[in-house]
Amino acid sequence: MSEYKLQTPLTEKDVLQLRAGDKVLLSGLVYTARDAAHKRMLEALAKGGELPFPVKGSVIYYVGPTPAPLGRPIGSAGPTTSYRMDTYAPTLYKLGLKATIGKGKRSPEVIEALKTYKGVYFGATGGAGALLSQCVKQAKIIAYEDLGPEAVRVLHVQDFPLLVINDAFGGELYAKPQLIL
Amino acid sequence: MRIISENQIIETVAELVQEANINLPEDVKQALVKALEEETNPVGKEILRQLVENYKLAEQTQLPLCQDTGLAIFFVELGQDVFIEGDLVEAINQGVRLGYEAGFLRKSVCDPFTRINTGDNTPAFIHLDLVKGDKLKIKFMAKGGGSENMSRATMLTPAQGWKGIKEFVLKRIAEAGPNPCPPIIVGIGIGGTFDYAPILAKKALFRPLTLEHWDSELAAKEKELLTAINELGIGPMGLGGKITCLGVKIEKSPCHIASLPLAVNIQCHSSRRKEVEI
Repeated sequence: MSEYKLQTPLTEKDVLQLRAGDKVLLSGLVYTARDAAHKRMLEALAKGGELPFPVKGSVIYYVGPTPAPLGRPIGSAGPTTSYRMDTYAPTLYKLGLKATIGKGKRSPEVIEALKTYKGVYFGATGGAGALLSQCVKQAKIIAYEDLGPEAVRVLHVQDFPLLVINDAFGGELYAKPQLIL
Repeated sequence: MRIISENQIIETVAELVQEANINLPEDVKQALVKALEEETNPVGKEILRQLVENYKLAEQTQLPLCQDTGLAIFFVELGQDVFIEGDLVEAINQGVRLGYEAGFLRKSVCDPFTRINTGDNTPAFIHLDLVKGDKLKIKFMAKGGGSENMSRATMLTPAQGWKGIKEFVLKRIAEAGPNPCPPIIVGIGIGGTFDYAPILAKKALFRPLTLEHWDSELAAKEKELLTAINELGIGPMGLGGKITCLGVKIEKSPCHIASLPLAVNIQCHSSRRKEVEI
C-alpha cells in the first residue's frame, strides 16, 4: 500500500500508478453531484448539451452537504452511497472523468469502465462529515441551484483523505463477507 | 388533566432535532471508542479513529455529525391525561421546520416522483402511542438514507423459525456490505404484521447499546446475532476487520398462526437519537 499526494485535474499517469488500498491526499478542485444532478447532467448530454464543468481529468464527489453556517465555506460534507450513480458513471468516465469519490460498492459496469477509460474510484469515510468538511477551503454553486443540497458545487479541497477502492486494473479493496450458512 | 401547549412542543422539537444531529449519544460514543481499541485491521482502525475524531469535532464546531441529517422520525408517547392545546402533529412538523433551518441541517425530503425537495425537511414521520399518565415523551431519530436503503422486510413461514430469521439477517447484512456505513447497529422486528414488523425494527433502534433486552431469551438471541454478524468480517466501512456491528436490538410481537413477519432496519454508526419528556 502506497501513499500519494495528488492534485486535480488528474492525469492518466496519476490514475495508473494507483492500486486498490493506496491512500491518497487529494488537493485542488472537485465537483459535487449526486442523484438529481446526475440525472440532469445526463439528460443535458442526451440533448447535445454540455456538462456544467470541464469533465476531462476531473473528479466528482458524491455529496450533498449541509448548509454552510456563518464563517464557514461549507457545512458537514461526507460521501453518500455511490451505487445510485452507477447508471450514470460509465458515460462520464468515457468523456474523460478520472475519478469519483463516494462510499460503498460499485457495479460491474462501473468497474469495467474504470478499466476501459482508465479511471479510479475513491472511498471517503462515511459519517465523518464534520471532519471531512475541514478539508474544504472554498465552495461555490455552479449549476442547478434549484436542487438545493443536490446542486452542483465546485469545492476547493486540501489534503482530502481518500482510499483507492477500485483501481483501473480491476482491483478492489472491499472485504468479501464470510457468509457461512 | 395536564395542558401542554403547541408552542412548548414546537420549541422542544426544534431544539431536539438540532442537538441530536450534533451530539452523538454517550452509549454510541463509548461503543466507537471500544471498537477502536478492539479492531485489529489497521485500515479499519484508522476509520474508527476518524469517527471518534468526527464526533468530538462536531461537538466543538457545532457542525452536524453527518451531512445526511436524515428524515425526522418520531416515536411519541402521549399520556392520556394530557390535553394538547393545538395540533400535535403540526407542532412536531413546525419544530422540525424551525430546527432544521436554525441548525443549518440538510433538508432531505422530496416527492417520490418529481423528486422536488419539500424544502423544510417535513413531513416528519410520526408514530404515536397513547399511554397512561400525564406526560408527553418525544423520541427523535435522524435516519439517514444510506442505511435505510439497505433495510429489508420479509414474510417467513412459521417452519423457518429462528434459523430462517438468522439466515435472512446475515444474508442481508453480507449483501449490504460497505453501503450502510458499518460498524452498523441492527434493529430487528419479529412478528406482528407486514406493516408492524418494520415499525418494531425501527423502535428497537432507540434502545441504548448498553441496554440488553429485558427478556433473557431475546437478549441471548441479540448476542448470538451480534457475534455472527461480526464474524462476517465486513469491518469498518467494509474494509475488513472484527468490528462490523456495534449492537443488535430485537423487538417481538405476537403474529398470525400462518406468518412469521421479519424486518431488518439497518442503522449506520452515526446513530443519532434523543428523547425528551414534557
